[in-house]
Amino acid sequence: MAQDSYLNAGRRAVIEEMTRDESIWALGEDLGRGGVFGQYKGLQEIFGAARICDTPISEACIMGAAVGAAMTGTRPIVEMRFSDFALCAVDELVNQAAKARYMFGGQMRVPMVVREPIGIWRSSAAQHSQSLESWYTHIPGLVVVAPATPADNLGLLKSAIRCDDPVVYMEHKNLWALEGEVPEGEHLVDLGRADIARAGDAVTIVTWSAMRHACLRAAETLATQGIEVEVIDLRTLWPWDRDAVLASVRRTGRLLVVHEAVAVSGFGAEIAASVAEALHHDLKAPVRRLGAPRIPIAYAPPLEDRARVSDGAIIDAVQGLVAPRTAA
Amino acid sequence: MTQTKNIDRARFLALLRLMHRIRAFEEAAIGAQQAGLVLGAIHPSIGQEAVAAGVCTNLERADLLLSTHRGHGHTLAKGADPLAMMRELFGRAGGTCGGKGGSMHIADFGVGMLGANGVVGANIPIATGAAHGLKLQGSRQIVACIFGDGAINRGPFLEGLNWARAFDLPVLFVCEDNGFSATTRTATMTGGAGAGARAESIGIPALEVDGNDLPELDAAARGAIAEIRAGKGPVLLHAKTYRITGHTAVDPATYRPAEEVAAQRAKCPIARMEALLALAGVEAETLAQLASEAAEEMTAIAAKAEATGWPDAARAFADVQDIGDPRERAF
Repeated sequence: MAQDSYLNAGRRAVIEEMTRDESIWALGEDLGRGGVFGQYKGLQEIFGAARICDTPISEACIMGAAVGAAMTGTRPIVEMRFSDFALCAVDELVNQAAKARYMFGGQMRVPMVVREPIGIWRSSAAQHSQSLESWYTHIPGLVVVAPATPADNLGLLKSAIRCDDPVVYMEHKNLWALEGEVPEGEHLVDLGRADIARAGDAVTIVTWSAMRHACLRAAETLATQGIEVEVIDLRTLWPWDRDAVLASVRRTGRLLVVHEAVAVSGFGAEIAASVAEALHHDLKAPVRRLGAPRIPIAYAPPLEDRARVSDGAIIDAVQGLVAPRTAA
Repeated sequence: MTQTKNIDRARFLALLRLMHRIRAFEEAAIGAQQAGLVLGAIHPSIGQEAVAAGVCTNLERADLLLSTHRGHGHTLAKGADPLAMMRELFGRAGGTCGGKGGSMHIADFGVGMLGANGVVGANIPIATGAAHGLKLQGSRQIVACIFGDGAINRGPFLEGLNWARAFDLPVLFVCEDNGFSATTRTATMTGGAGAGARAESIGIPALEVDGNDLPELDAAARGAIAEIRAGKGPVLLHAKTYRITGHTAVDPATYRPAEEVAAQRAKCPIARMEALLALAGVEAETLAQLASEAAEEMTAIAAKAEATGWPDAARAFADVQDIGDPRERAF
C-alpha cells in the first residue's frame, strides 16, 4: 500500500490500462495540457497526441464520435470536464451509446467510459456543481459508477475501462486532492459490488461518492453516543449491490440513504422503495432519505451551503431513526 | 444533365436494377403497412434511389456506411439481405436486428452498415468517430455518412464536419437533399446557401450534383471516394433530389401541389436512367423486365416475411448490457 490522491489514482488507472491495451484512447478538451483538473497530466507525453486526443469544445461530437469509434474496434475514454456539460451530449449518450447494442439486435457493443466529474465544489454555482447520477441509472444499457476513495478510483476506473458496456463514470470534484491507501500492484474493483465502509448494527446508511466521507464522520460522532451505524458505499449505482443493502438492513432494521443530489427523484428513492418492498416486516422504523433540497446550487457560500447535506443532518436523521417511537 | 449514348451500359443497367429493387422493396413495405403487417412508421425514399445507388456501390464492402430514418435504399445498396430487412420491418424473427429496431434502426454490421438512425443528424458524429477509429488503427477503409437536408440545421452537423476537418478523417458526407424537413420545406427554414456553403466555410470541399442524374452522381461519388481514400480528408457531396412520397408512408403530403409532385415523378432517377439507357440502345423490353423482376422479388420477400414467426419474447431482455444484465435482475 502507498498513499496516493484520488486524482492520481484515476490517472494511474488510465496509464495502466492504456499500457495494457493499445485500442484504448482518451478524447476531450485540453487533455494535452492535463485536462481541466490535471487528471491527464503528462499522459500525452507517454501515449502521444493520437491516443490522448485534444478535441474541439464539441460535447455532442466528443460523445458521438466515441460511439462510432467504439463501433470500429477502439475503446474510447470520453472526458466531459463537468457532468453538467455532458448534458450537451445527452442524445449521443442516451439515444445512441446506450441503445445501439440493443436496437441493432446485439450485433456489436459500445465499450466506452464517460468521465463526468460531479458535485459541489466551492462557489461553482448552478452549471458546474450538479450530481445527476440518478438520470443515468434510469437508462437501460448504461452502467453508472461513483467512486469515493483513491483505491476505488483506481480499481473501478480500470474495471470500467475493461467493461464492454458504456459506463458513466462520475468522479467527485471535491475529492481530487483526497489522499488514501492505494494498492501498489494490479488492483481491480468489481463493478456492482458495494463496500462496507464501516460495520454497525443500529442503522444502515447507504451512500456513495463524497457523502461516504460525511457519513463516516457522522458515524464517528454517533459512536460516541453509543450508536453504531453501518455505512455502505454503493460505489456502483447501476447495477447497485442490492444483496449487500438488504442483508445489512435485515440486521439493523433501519435505513437511511444519503446523497448529495437533489432528494426528489434521486437514486435514494429507488433504494428506499426497494428496501420497503423487500423488507417491510424487518423494518423497525420508516426508511429515511437525505439529499439536497430541490434548488439550483448557488454561488455565495451561505446560499450554496443550503444545498449541502451537512454532517449534522445525518446525525439528526440517525438519532431520529433509533429514537423510541411515540404514538401519533 | 447527362445526355449521351456513351455510358457504361453494363454498370448502369446494374444500377438501374438496384434502383428498381429499392423502389420495389419500399412499395412492398408500403403495401404491407396498409395490410397491417408493418406496424411502425416507414419513411420511403421513392424518387431518391439514385443517391443510394451512386454512393453505396462506389464503396468497398469493408467501407462503412451510416444512414438515416429514410435508409432502406442505402442499406440495400450496401449489400444487406432484403429478406432480413423486410423481416425487420415486419418485426419478425430473423430480421437484421432481430426485430428490435424496425425500419428506423436497420443495421447490418456484416456489410459495414452501421445503422440507420431515428434522430436527425445523430449519425454525423458517429460516422465521424467511426472514421476517427479507422484512422487510429491505420485502416484504408472509409466511412460514408448520408443525411437529409433537415440535418444541416442541427448542431451535430457543424460539430461533426468541423471535427472531420480538424482531424482530416476519411469520411464522405452526403447531403441527400429531398427538399423537405419532415413536412416543412427546408428552404424556408435555412439561412445562407445550404449544405455545400456550410461545408466550404469550414474547409471541406463540397460538390453539388443533380441527385436524380445517376451518371453525374456516380462519377462525383467515385471521385470523392478516391480522394478520401488517398488521405485528403473529408468531402461533402450535396445531391439534390425530391421526395415523391410524404414524410412517412401515411403522410398524404397535402402541403405541396399535386402538379409539383407529378412533374417530379416524371424526372425521377429511374425514369431518367431508363431514358438514358434507351438512348444508348437498350431495348424497352429489357428495361421493363428489370422493373417486373424487382417487383416479383420483393413481393415474394414480403410473403416470406409474413410467413416468419415473431421473435422469442424472452429476447426483450437480451443484449441490454453485460454488467447489470436485466436477465439477472430487471429492477
